[in-house]
Amino acid sequence: MSILKVSKLVKRFGGLLATDDVSLTVEEGEIHALIGPNGAGKSTLINQLCGELRPDAGRILLGGRDITALSVPARVDLGLGRTFQVTSLLDDATCRENIAMAVQAREGLNFRIWDAVAGRARLWDQADAMLAGTPLAARSGTPVNDLSHGERKQLELLVALARKPRILLLDEPMAGLGHVESQEMIERLREIGAQTPMLLVEHDMEAVFALATRISVLVYGRIIASGSVAEIRENADVREAYLGAEDELC
Amino acid sequence: MRIAFALLAAAALIALPFVTEAAGQPALLSLATRVLIYAIAAASLNFILGYGGMISFGHAAFFGVGAYTVGILFAHAGSEPLFGFIPGSKQMLITLPAALVISGLFAALIGALSLRTGGVQFIMITLAFAQMLFFFFVSLTPYGGEDGIIIRRTNDLFGLNMRDKTTLYFVILAIAALFFALLWRVVNSSFGAVLKGIRQNERRMAALGFAPYRYKLYAFVLAGMGAGLAGALMANFLRFASPDMMHWTKSGEFMIMVILGGVGSFFGPIFGAAAFLTLETFLAGWTEHWQLAMGAILLVVVLGTKGGIAGLLAKLWGARK
Amino acid sequence: MILIFEQLLNGLQYGVMLFLLAAGLTLIFGIMGVINLAHGSLFMVGAYAGTYVAGVTGSFWLGLPAALLAAAATGLLVEALVVRRLYARDHLDQVLATFALILMFNQLITLGFGRQPVFTPLPAAFAGSVELLPGLPYPTYRLLIIATGLLVALGLYLLINRTRIGMLVRAGATNRDMVRALGVDIRLLYTLVFGLGALLAGLAGYMTGPISAVQVGMGEQILLATFVVVVVGGVGSIKGAFVAGIVLGVVDTMLRAFLPGMLRQVMPPSDADAIGLGIASMGIYLLMALVLLIRPKGLFSVGTGG
Repeated sequence: MSILKVSKLVKRFGGLLATDDVSLTVEEGEIHALIGPNGAGKSTLINQLCGELRPDAGRILLGGRDITALSVPARVDLGLGRTFQVTSLLDDATCRENIAMAVQAREGLNFRIWDAVAGRARLWDQADAMLAGTPLAARSGTPVNDLSHGERKQLELLVALARKPRILLLDEPMAGLGHVESQEMIERLREIGAQTPMLLVEHDMEAVFALATRISVLVYGRIIASGSVAEIRENADVREAYLGAEDELC
Repeated sequence: MRIAFALLAAAALIALPFVTEAAGQPALLSLATRVLIYAIAAASLNFILGYGGMISFGHAAFFGVGAYTVGILFAHAGSEPLFGFIPGSKQMLITLPAALVISGLFAALIGALSLRTGGVQFIMITLAFAQMLFFFFVSLTPYGGEDGIIIRRTNDLFGLNMRDKTTLYFVILAIAALFFALLWRVVNSSFGAVLKGIRQNERRMAALGFAPYRYKLYAFVLAGMGAGLAGALMANFLRFASPDMMHWTKSGEFMIMVILGGVGSFFGPIFGAAAFLTLETFLAGWTEHWQLAMGAILLVVVLGTKGGIAGLLAKLWGARK
Repeated sequence: MILIFEQLLNGLQYGVMLFLLAAGLTLIFGIMGVINLAHGSLFMVGAYAGTYVAGVTGSFWLGLPAALLAAAATGLLVEALVVRRLYARDHLDQVLATFALILMFNQLITLGFGRQPVFTPLPAAFAGSVELLPGLPYPTYRLLIIATGLLVALGLYLLINRTRIGMLVRAGATNRDMVRALGVDIRLLYTLVFGLGALLAGLAGYMTGPISAVQVGMGEQILLATFVVVVVGGVGSIKGAFVAGIVLGVVDTMLRAFLPGMLRQVMPPSDADAIGLGIASMGIYLLMALVLLIRPKGLFSVGTGG
């Protein structure tokens, strides 16, 4: 059974078809990359999968369960994890607190008004345990405001993982990273991908070709091609779509 | 250092009635009592405003509801029951919990509706509900209407002589201390962490699986109960409850106390309430146009400082280190 | 029937008055994102300045430009000294800073004119009444207010829809950042809009003078009703301010006029008056709560105003 199954999804903005009859699946153990030129409707699609936007038609199944009508938090509770294109974290809080919040959400301690010091300390220990061994280990007590862009990208990934998702939707995890940081991120994603299936929306073709087990190409809201890395490299329509816009398919 | 400071503050608060009596300044004791009560109200507003980011412009509604709970229960004490089946009471152990429950119910209803909006609409809809309650009590002629309701005697508690201003001060001080201890635990609890997270980034919290509405509503109810407690104490202190207690300018005063003290600072509301009432008392004694000076001071604080008195103290504290 | 018609006209008159205030307020909020509680103070400044000049010169008509000038000048001063610093602040700072302005304006007026209400004379040409229907004489001055309000509405409509400034105003209410990105002198636009809003508030204040007392605190009473109009109409929408102003003006007037009488049928008169007036006062707030629950951004919401 597919962990994520999207069938015949449609979203219109006025006269514009932003999502045009999109169907795709993410299987267990798979890193399914979604590529496409700017304005192809990738963010619109991600936002519908996460629940921030309601589709006009079509269905989204998570582990066989229909989540099309569920709210963002309800989908997260069922195991849908995500990262944002522009990182979205608790900026005044430290790395440790950001991760602790995810751990807390997972454990469901959220309406406790009486667990002041002891309860929090336990969560912080768990957060530090997650940070240990990552490049952020030394930054545990640093507020997000003082982190570099690359560090925020890493933290966001950790926060998503702390929620122990069944599937991860990654919205351009490489965006804005330098070359070395990108290489590290690719390694991290490869490790994570061995445990957790992913839908990877990405512009960085090097990363996509290095990571993806399957690639779908979205152009003007439609999936024009889907297949293995080799198949997509050879696909004439894909070259057309990219070369027509810009030579991004290196 | 902090503990020493806390002990010093506690000692000062306990010694205060004896000092004012020795100095022959009973008015100061009454000022201090009002500061304690307003500090509770302002801290409850700060809980949703400073920690939760909800700018409620109708917080005085719950203050008034708490006060009227005490007043109406007193009016029915020893006479016929309210609605035919709710007996009145003069016992603080009954009236205070009753005020908490009733103001909590009002907050649940108003919050459930208001929190469906956001931004300026939230500010205005909370104001609207407070205005509705204000006019409701204005038209409530059986309980004094516009003139309010007189409570002939302060509620009884453990056979203490509640007429004595010093005794009443200590009772209110004890309740305030308990309130701030509880509030400290709540602010630093798992729930408090969620609330602070929602203020910083609602989208992020939703992506972690928190449905913001529920948490905001919960906080709104807790804050309403805090204001209700303060109102009930104020009714006992003034032996009076009136619609003016929930006038929109009273909500404005609570906000001023919060910002004077420092938004989102735990002890800020205490400083803010003290600063506001002290300014009001002394400026009013000095000139009848005291509001001009108050307005100017408020303007300077809002435009010129970040963090209010608590922020200033923190800076001084940092500079000394 | 005649009584109802008369109260409808009164409601319309109150409604256009609310519109004059709400038009400025909704633009200031829609374009600059500032909640200006001191808008009611500009209303008061206009009333006092106009009444003062009218008293000195003995002419209602000479008071009018004085009211407009004083309110606009005060508005520009307030914008330059205070409001300009609030554009980038959050709503809490805006509410408190402009609340502080209310306190100060009320005291300044008290210092200048005392606490006693002052009365604006009616202009001689509009002191009488005309018989609109058989058996319904109606004060011509109130008709003048209605006509003024409708004229201003028409003028604003033309200004907003037919001029370049109006185009910028519309664009600004829909999307603030876009106007900034267009390279328009945004500061000048803000100042103009604020000045215009203040001018209209002054006009409303002075026109109200002859039919209700000019006194300290008159601004706050109408300010809250004006905010209800702005929010119900949809922040940033002139059309919304017009529709909501008229509707709320009529509803409020009708409730106040007829509710106590209706309650007298079922309860003792003194209770009926108190309760009737109380519920009538709640009316507009109730309406606002209902509208927001159905349309959280108001009836005619535009763009990114919040």
